[in-house]
Amino acid sequence: MTDPFAIDRRNAHQEVADHIDALLGEHLDGVGLEGDELVIRAKPAGIVSLLTFLRDDGACLFKVLLDICGVDWPGRSPRFDVVYNLLSLRHNLRARVRVAVDEEGTVPSVVEVFSAAGWFERETYDMFGVRFDGHPDLRRILTDYGFDGYPLRKDFPLTGFVEVRYDDSQKRVVYEPVKLTQEYRTFENLSPWAGPELPRVLPGDEKASGDKG
Amino acid sequence: MADNQSENFTINFGPQHPATHGVLRLVLEMSGEVVDRADPHIGLLHRGTEKLIEHKTYMQAVPYFDRLDYTSPMSEEHAFALAVERLLGIEAPPRAQYIRVMYAEITRVLNHILNLTSYAMDVGAMTPILWGFEVRENGLELYERVSGARMHANYFRPGGVAADLPAGLTESISAWCDEVSTFIVDMERMLTGNRIFRQRTVDIGKISAEDAMDWGFTGPCLRASGVPWDLRKAQPYDCYADLDFDVPVGKNGDCFDRYLVRVEEMRQSVRLVRQCLQKLPTGPVKVDDRKIAPPPRAEMKRSMEALIHHFKLFSEGFHVPAGETYTAVEAPKGEFAVFLISDGSNRPYRCHIRSPGFAHLQATNVLASGHMLADLTAIIGSLDIVFGEIDR
Repeated sequence: MTDPFAIDRRNAHQEVADHIDALLGEHLDGVGLEGDELVIRAKPAGIVSLLTFLRDDGACLFKVLLDICGVDWPGRSPRFDVVYNLLSLRHNLRARVRVAVDEEGTVPSVVEVFSAAGWFERETYDMFGVRFDGHPDLRRILTDYGFDGYPLRKDFPLTGFVEVRYDDSQKRVVYEPVKLTQEYRTFENLSPWAGPELPRVLPGDEKASGDKG
Repeated sequence: MADNQSENFTINFGPQHPATHGVLRLVLEMSGEVVDRADPHIGLLHRGTEKLIEHKTYMQAVPYFDRLDYTSPMSEEHAFALAVERLLGIEAPPRAQYIRVMYAEITRVLNHILNLTSYAMDVGAMTPILWGFEVRENGLELYERVSGARMHANYFRPGGVAADLPAGLTESISAWCDEVSTFIVDMERMLTGNRIFRQRTVDIGKISAEDAMDWGFTGPCLRASGVPWDLRKAQPYDCYADLDFDVPVGKNGDCFDRYLVRVEEMRQSVRLVRQCLQKLPTGPVKVDDRKIAPPPRAEMKRSMEALIHHFKLFSEGFHVPAGETYTAVEAPKGEFAVFLISDGSNRPYRCHIRSPGFAHLQATNVLASGHMLADLTAIIGSLDIVFGEIDR
């Protein structure tokens, strides 16, 4: 009932994946379907030419850049993923391009390919500190003027470092270190009680299998 | 300086200005009364929603979506519910799908009433907003009757909706549809042919189809430029595939066309709501999996297992298999999407929110440069921006 064309679109995604793989395969780190969604893994250096190809190639025509976002994997090297979500109105397809980059590395800016990338890249820079090479105006966008740190990194605390208030004696807004009247409480309530896909083994269940030792 | 050439200067527009629809600060470079360059400064309402969601269970994350675009809360919840359902590999039961679509369309009407009437106020018409708010308030009452809250509903949940429709609500919704239809006629009589309204909007803030795609436009703003693209038709979710509706498309891509597209969308939404009422199937409103949806209250009083399920769901929450998905819905403002990465635990590893207003506002500079300062308010109004979703 949900989407009668889901199978068709899945097949179309597969076709486009094969098409891209045949033409650009050796420059990419992988093209394929994850679930029903088309995912292309690329190297940072090749992102501009890849997105230009995806935009202009007759079988792709991904003319809308919906979004760029970062993902932080602290334990991994390179640490960050930058994810580009593309939409093809002509062929009714979606594609997701991801490149991996470390803290010192940069990703070439794609503003020349998609004008919309300007703010998306600024946001990714603001939130993760990923630098975009050749961006015309790489300022912070969502955080405060003069903000320090990259809030969406996993090592940035949820409460942040500074808080602001209006000081009546100084007649201006002042910044102070965060003072919590109560420590931030995060409850660890994980248990063997599992979701639908995970094995549902509760402590003591092993006794029921007859292995009574 | 005896020459009569106008000087270039910079002015600060907002953040406390009613025509900015929230907290937008625009730094404008003017030459005389003509805008040379507009640089929007955003983030004054940044609350770190994405970070907060990483620290909450999937069920606790739903209310944050109400607070993104607070003029169309249920559409945002819809995207998150669908994204989680896709990762879980479940589908909401038919009745839940119809209720969700019905409320998503009510939401669209509510959003467009607010946008169009306040947009009319930005360009000088006071009456539409006064009339519109009465209809909108009655619509919010439908929210309240189904979820208990006028705005922050927390009603669409992964796996269905929070509760079934209370008795008598369908009649009220049907009556409200008639009220909306009358209001649309009244509003059009006040605005569509109005000379002042047309002077303020026709040929203002024009954008071509190519440029609209280049700037990442979606929703009514893209359709006003003549691109027939609607996710409800192109990639139908829930029960949209079973319903019959038309997608209005504009021609010129100016402020007036964006207005016209939204007016027609309201008519189509009323049509969709009526169809949902007509076809509303019976049956459960949540998936029948106690590991995802809580048990009914009555069962909890009798069954120990149901009580445990209830406790675990509201403390630990449910676990979502590792994976990632980009799931989008056609929200009233455009494509609203959730990019969700799960690591198999009970909390999202990363939840990125794609808000349509962010992309639309970015194009302010292109739309406004060369126009007069007074046209800027018309342009901002026609883009339908709300800072809850732009700043996140």
